[in-house]
Amino acid sequence: MSDTDKIVESAESAAKIAESLDELDLVRVKYLGKKGILTEQLKNLGKLPPDERPQAGQSINIAKKQVAAAIDDRKQQLEAELLELSLANERIDVTLPGRGLPVGRAHPISQTLARIEKLFVNWGFEVCDGPEIEDDYHNFEALNIPAHHPARAMHDTFYFGDGTLLRTHTSPVQVRVMETRQPPLRIIAPGRVYRCDYDQTHSPMFHQVEGFLIDEHVTMGDLKGVLQAFLRLFFDDENLQMRFRPSYFPFTEPSAEVDIKLESEHGVSDWLEVLGCGMVHPKVLANVGIDADRYNGFAFGLGVERLAMLRFGVNDLRLFFENDLQFLRQF
Amino acid sequence: MKVSAHWLSEWVESPLSVDALAQRLTMAGLEVDGIAPAAKPMSGIFVAKVLDVTPHPDADRLACCSVDVGLESPVDVVCGAPNVRAGLTVAYAAPGASLPDGRTITNAVVRGVSSAGMLCSAAELALSDDASGLIELADDGPVGALLGDYLELDDVVLDIDLTPNRGDCLSILGVAREVAVLSNRALAEIVVEPISASVEVRLAIDIEQRQSCPRYAGRVIKSVNAAAPTPQNIKERLRRAGVRSISAIVDVTNYVMLELGQPMHGFDLARLSGGIIVRNGTDGETLELLDGQNIELTADTLVIADHDKAVALAGVMGGAATGVELTSTDIFLESAYFDPITLAGVARRYRLHTDASHRFERGVDFSGQERAIERATAMILDICGGEAGPTVVAQEKSALPRREPIRFRPSEVSRLIGIEVSAAQATQYLQYLGCDITKSEEELSVIAPNFRFDLEIEADILEEIARLVGYDNIPASLPSAGMNLQAVENTHEQYEQIRQTLITQGYFEAVTYSFIDSESDHFVEPTRSPQILSNPISADMSTMRTSMWPGLIRAAHYNLNRQAENVRFFELGMIFERTDDGLDQRHVLSGISLGELVPEQWGEASRKIDYYDVKQDVIKVMQSLKLANFSTLASSDAALHPGQSAALLLGGDPIGKIGVLHPRTARYFDLEKTAVVFEIELDILPSGRLPAFSPISKFPSVRRDISLVLPEGVSAANVLGSVQQAAGDLLRDLQLFDEYRGQGIDSDKKSLTIGLIFQSLSSTLTDEEIEETMKRVLLQVHDDFGGTLRK
Repeated sequence: MSDTDKIVESAESAAKIAESLDELDLVRVKYLGKKGILTEQLKNLGKLPPDERPQAGQSINIAKKQVAAAIDDRKQQLEAELLELSLANERIDVTLPGRGLPVGRAHPISQTLARIEKLFVNWGFEVCDGPEIEDDYHNFEALNIPAHHPARAMHDTFYFGDGTLLRTHTSPVQVRVMETRQPPLRIIAPGRVYRCDYDQTHSPMFHQVEGFLIDEHVTMGDLKGVLQAFLRLFFDDENLQMRFRPSYFPFTEPSAEVDIKLESEHGVSDWLEVLGCGMVHPKVLANVGIDADRYNGFAFGLGVERLAMLRFGVNDLRLFFENDLQFLRQF
Repeated sequence: MKVSAHWLSEWVESPLSVDALAQRLTMAGLEVDGIAPAAKPMSGIFVAKVLDVTPHPDADRLACCSVDVGLESPVDVVCGAPNVRAGLTVAYAAPGASLPDGRTITNAVVRGVSSAGMLCSAAELALSDDASGLIELADDGPVGALLGDYLELDDVVLDIDLTPNRGDCLSILGVAREVAVLSNRALAEIVVEPISASVEVRLAIDIEQRQSCPRYAGRVIKSVNAAAPTPQNIKERLRRAGVRSISAIVDVTNYVMLELGQPMHGFDLARLSGGIIVRNGTDGETLELLDGQNIELTADTLVIADHDKAVALAGVMGGAATGVELTSTDIFLESAYFDPITLAGVARRYRLHTDASHRFERGVDFSGQERAIERATAMILDICGGEAGPTVVAQEKSALPRREPIRFRPSEVSRLIGIEVSAAQATQYLQYLGCDITKSEEELSVIAPNFRFDLEIEADILEEIARLVGYDNIPASLPSAGMNLQAVENTHEQYEQIRQTLITQGYFEAVTYSFIDSESDHFVEPTRSPQILSNPISADMSTMRTSMWPGLIRAAHYNLNRQAENVRFFELGMIFERTDDGLDQRHVLSGISLGELVPEQWGEASRKIDYYDVKQDVIKVMQSLKLANFSTLASSDAALHPGQSAALLLGGDPIGKIGVLHPRTARYFDLEKTAVVFEIELDILPSGRLPAFSPISKFPSVRRDISLVLPEGVSAANVLGSVQQAAGDLLRDLQLFDEYRGQGIDSDKKSLTIGLIFQSLSSTLTDEEIEETMKRVLLQVHDDFGGTLRK
């Protein structure tokens, strides 16, 4: 074994046992530094006979590369160990809760309204508003409910001293829109309505969505088709059972109520009434100056609380108005 | 309307089962809400006759009865009922019988005397609430028969929820007519034979108000036994219809009303003076009604009067002083037709609602008065005896409802309903319903029957056709209607944007009542004038809110009481204010925020929500709506802390307010935490800035921070405004990042630290340019506020 080989061997073993980057650097200095053993040997090449010089130079350079490689290997090893150590120290409990502000919620009634609006807007319906304090004409007269009509008994109305009243349904928006615009019309009108009735199943304030479509050639079959599509999409049930049952509203003729059956883990429900509808009464069209011989159409009224209760399985109407965060957080 | 299936079957034989019939009626517009058995389950109850009654040897109130129960020999039963007597036909529960309440009857020994079963009261059989004595059955009751068979207790009662247009179905006859049409059967109409007079006694009838009362039939019946008991089968039918049994004559008038739909009234003839006058009341006139209520009549109230006084509120209720009583011997029966429009609302005005007013308001058959009076007469003579006088009818034929021909084009069925119905089919349907049809080329002329008040125009006829065809048989289609596109209506999108922004900020949406108590509304908004309800549900819900704050504060309070640590609520809705111009109802967004800024959590020190947190929430709403030029200005508000409240401005115009609740307000609502509230007027918000692109600089930006010492009273907004103006076009952004008071600053001064970020679109800025600008800024701040650079 030549001297050079011995030097390489001892350098390699010194690198291998170096415990830290600092120690390793001392090895580098000892063999490869400016005054290192191999550097010194290169400097001493001149003292050799000229014909030995190339051979000796070559072997020293090879030795330098070998030593440098050994040091570099060890360096990478030491660095990897160090990184591992520091990563281990940086370990956190990833299951601790996140920080900051939790989001709130839209009211379940708003969520239900948004769903209804979205479905109808997709079908080209516009969303319209109307006043909540109404006059007798728009809430009743124009809708073919004259004073003392027995149907008024179905609307327990809140009155003000000046003859105005709180709208008992969103149907007056129908009148207000038709007073100012001509068909074709596709409108929905969501909003608060009020009736003087307060018990476990009645709130004096609740929400409705009025919808109507006026054009030439609209049939009751169209009304069925639209509401059928709506209810199936609203309840996400392609096979939703529903029935159209004759009923009575002064502002539609023929009139119908729509019942559905819902399936749950408890089985299929009885028929549940979800909305009232019908073909707009010719007198209503006449009242707003629309030619009933040319145009006709349908109208419907959805009870939003009822739909929300069925969709979310809420069993008490009053919960919607208590604003209990424990309730609101669930939606 | 409660309809006994047995009673109904006397009028029409339907081939349908009760369930199928209910389904058919429901699908034809007569919604059957429920089907209930006529009686609760019982067994071992028989018709029996008391043969002999002897006193109990050891008990004064008990009697030992020998009872014929249809067996070979009578049985002995001990009974304590006061009305037990020999000859009485009763209900007998044999040993082993089970009563509706679940009790089982056994042989018993009562005070030493053995009793084989029990005699029953109506209450024990759950046939009425009368527990005062034994049920009294008709003398000719079939002894030994099962009571259930005798009284047809296997009957069921259909509860039909009638719509207001179908007044014609407020009777067994009416429902039977409908069933006949729906099941294609003939009506087994009961023939009512006129009863000829056996005495010539009449009471004069004078109709003054002929439009209101076009027809009035009356009849005197003399020498009746008004105290005669009502036969059990009549009582049973009344009970199943939900009508209380009162006395034989009243029961008969109710029975006839239930059967034929014609309300009737019985007067005690002795208490009527002179004759009947149908007239209007006079102001100040009073009338005591049968229910004991004293009402004040007016000149537009139709009354039945005699020659001295009002004796009935026409079509609603009879008077207390002249009604038939058990002691009456001569009676006068009334069977009239009153105009629905005249009667509409009368009962309600007196806070009454009677079976009679319910029917008259909806319209009764104006040709059915005599039939009803004949039917009632026959029944009264049968039960109470007596001598009937002739039926007297006063009428004004021209005032009776007219049945005008309705033009009906069968082609309209396909145009409006979407089904094809031939003229022949339509004719058949309409004839079933009792209409008179005249045919011409393409159309029919339809005359509605006297009992229908809801067939006036072609659409009404269409509905009848659609109803009889069955809505289920109308094919569903989708409209091919044209569209009329409108400009984008931003309002609802804005509201949805507001919702999403606030929800992200941790807010929950509340829905509070639009009406609240007037006191708290006034407390919060003393300068807004509210609209007050005339008929509120309660004083707490009497005033239309002029502010949402009371509702939101109470919602917050409700949750704090349920251990909520922090509450953030907003509501989108309307407030209502009376103004000089009338009524202003407008949309507002209101919010409340209180408690901890973030919920208790690890690694994050919490602090209380303050004004600035909520101000930032409002700013985020404005930003999400793309509304620029938002600012705040210190202002005062009755409900808010005078030093921590501001007006919200958009482009300098007020759009709402924000502030910490005044401690006084918090105390008023028992709110123990400091709350920040806001209110934004939505109707005046512009629809949002259309984003306009501005070029992005490629050159580096430069930042300079300055700390200014300023007098205490100077507002940050003004300082920033001044700085911005002086800095000019090169200023790209401006950030206030510290407000400081204390050491190193005079006590009447404060320090604001502001970062200015400069950037040019065309070049890299030089130090000279920046220094120049900063000098201008400092000079401006000094000139405007006396501000100096902090050392």
